[in-house]
Amino acid sequence: MNGVRERLASRAFTSAAVVIAVLWTIPTLGLLLSSFRPEEEIKTTGWWQVFGSPRLTLDNYREVLSGGANSSGRLAEYFVNSVVITLPSVLFPLVLAFFAAYALAWIDFRGRDALVVGIFALQIVPLQMALVPLLKLFSQGWLFLPAWNLTGPARFGQVWFAHTVFSLPFAVFLLHNFLAGLPRDVIEAARVDGASHGTLLLRIGLPLARPALVTFAIIQFIWVWNDLLVALTLSGGTAETAPMTVRLASMAGTYGNEWQRLTAGAFVAAFVPLLVFFSLRRHFARGLLAGSVKG
Amino acid sequence: MSFDAVAQQPKLLYLLQGIAAFAAVVSLILLALHQGPARRRAAALLLLAPALLLLTVGLLLPGLRTVLLSFTDSSGDAWVGFDNYVWMVTDPRALVALRNTLTWVVLVPLTATSVGLLYAAAVARSRFRTSALSVVLTPMAISFVGAGVVWKFVYAYRPAEAGQIGLLNQLVVAFGGEPRQWLVDAPWNVLLLVVAMVWTQTGFAAVLLAGAIRAVPGELTEAARLDGASPRQIFWRITLPSIRPTVSVVVLAQAIGTFKAFDIVKTTTGGQFDTGVIAHEMYDQAFRYGETGRGAALAVLLFVLVTPFVAHQVRAQRRAG
Repeated sequence: MNGVRERLASRAFTSAAVVIAVLWTIPTLGLLLSSFRPEEEIKTTGWWQVFGSPRLTLDNYREVLSGGANSSGRLAEYFVNSVVITLPSVLFPLVLAFFAAYALAWIDFRGRDALVVGIFALQIVPLQMALVPLLKLFSQGWLFLPAWNLTGPARFGQVWFAHTVFSLPFAVFLLHNFLAGLPRDVIEAARVDGASHGTLLLRIGLPLARPALVTFAIIQFIWVWNDLLVALTLSGGTAETAPMTVRLASMAGTYGNEWQRLTAGAFVAAFVPLLVFFSLRRHFARGLLAGSVKG
Repeated sequence: MSFDAVAQQPKLLYLLQGIAAFAAVVSLILLALHQGPARRRAAALLLLAPALLLLTVGLLLPGLRTVLLSFTDSSGDAWVGFDNYVWMVTDPRALVALRNTLTWVVLVPLTATSVGLLYAAAVARSRFRTSALSVVLTPMAISFVGAGVVWKFVYAYRPAEAGQIGLLNQLVVAFGGEPRQWLVDAPWNVLLLVVAMVWTQTGFAAVLLAGAIRAVPGELTEAARLDGASPRQIFWRITLPSIRPTVSVVVLAQAIGTFKAFDIVKTTTGGQFDTGVIAHEMYDQAFRYGETGRGAALAVLLFVLVTPFVAHQVRAQRRAG
């Protein structure tokens, strides 16, 4: 009796899971299949009809990446921008937060606890709180700070700055918690040997902190690559400096029915994060919880 | 004008310069750290200085300035008292954004966590756990912008006489209904955007909850089973109470994320047809209409709304370990 009920219950659970998995896959699958269909077919028939008459093409990808018309995506240029934006926006906070977390976790100095609490508390501030003044600072300067007046590729600098600043509270939080949880006798032993903090930081702190550094790098990479808000406000919006998300969002608005470009464009933009996600899945899942408060 | 590789060189050059400049600063810090006698205070200051400087200039001062700006007009110079906050609770469009944000924040965490919990309970002890969780987590890796495009396509509309290309309208037509412009019909379009958001958030819930379910001691459920408890009883009486701390962490995390949701609205409707939310309205006011004061006031509102959730979250995370 019990066994039958159990099997029924577990079967109900399993079928619910299958239904959810299918529901969660179909929208993406439809978009992916559509991206390989010829323009006139995407616009007139549903993607599910591809199984009846499979005519597939790479034209949409060619068009969206480097098509000649102004309305085509030109995503190849935006792809370069996404790379140029993302690499420093991951590297800069990674290094600076590691320095700060090391000092906060492994050096005893007066006022340390207050600093830890202060930096952690900054995680609460949504980035919306900083965007308007940042833009004003960049264009007009503020108090004793001069205007940046950046043009051309130098605009990337604004975006690097914003992403670095916005991720620091979370990065310091994550790395500090990790470093503070490590056994202190390793560090004490090295310090007795007369090692400087420079040596300690590189020889002992760095290898020990690696898991946390990797976790942060992955979260930050996906965050920055997929970011729209910071990019829209600070990157200038043109093919010169804006990332793919900005272009894709604008295509969805202006050319909202040009599905041949939107479908292919969505997958061009998603390709790199999907690659990172599937190759580093374990780290990604581990970092999810840690990053759940991030602004 | 196709892809011009030469035109990309200034960008890459700037990238190299940026990284080189950063490497120089880092080297200087490390060098000073090696040279200096091991004075603790000096070392700490040296290591903390860059982060503290950036946080002050880029987050702390701008945050305070936003509070000030929320009491000024669109130019940011003239004081207007509480006008922007009065506007927020009287302007029809702003009110719609507030109402929609409330809808989002109630529905998204509850739905995503419930569906995620069901899924997690089903796959947590299965052989296919890893791949099953990947399936629902994938929407997180493609951006919110990508998710917006995915769902805009699902909701796509064509007149009744033409063939449908959107899945939802195809289903409606298949059951004998009339195709509709889903994203235009208020207030239901808000729920359709909520569906898109839930789609992106469920994987997060499922992964964390599956981890928590696996951590529930097997002896507990085994003992209950021997005592004749049904699977349903085991789930409600043992599994769920054991993972309650994780459930609250997940719900709170999703509420925080939902408050700041901007990209999906921007990509699908651009906030038209009464679909705006606070985060999106803030962007429109501050950066499209040049209403700095109103944008700042909405940002402050967002901050005030999110803060108790984050405070709760910090406590919940400590409990969940």
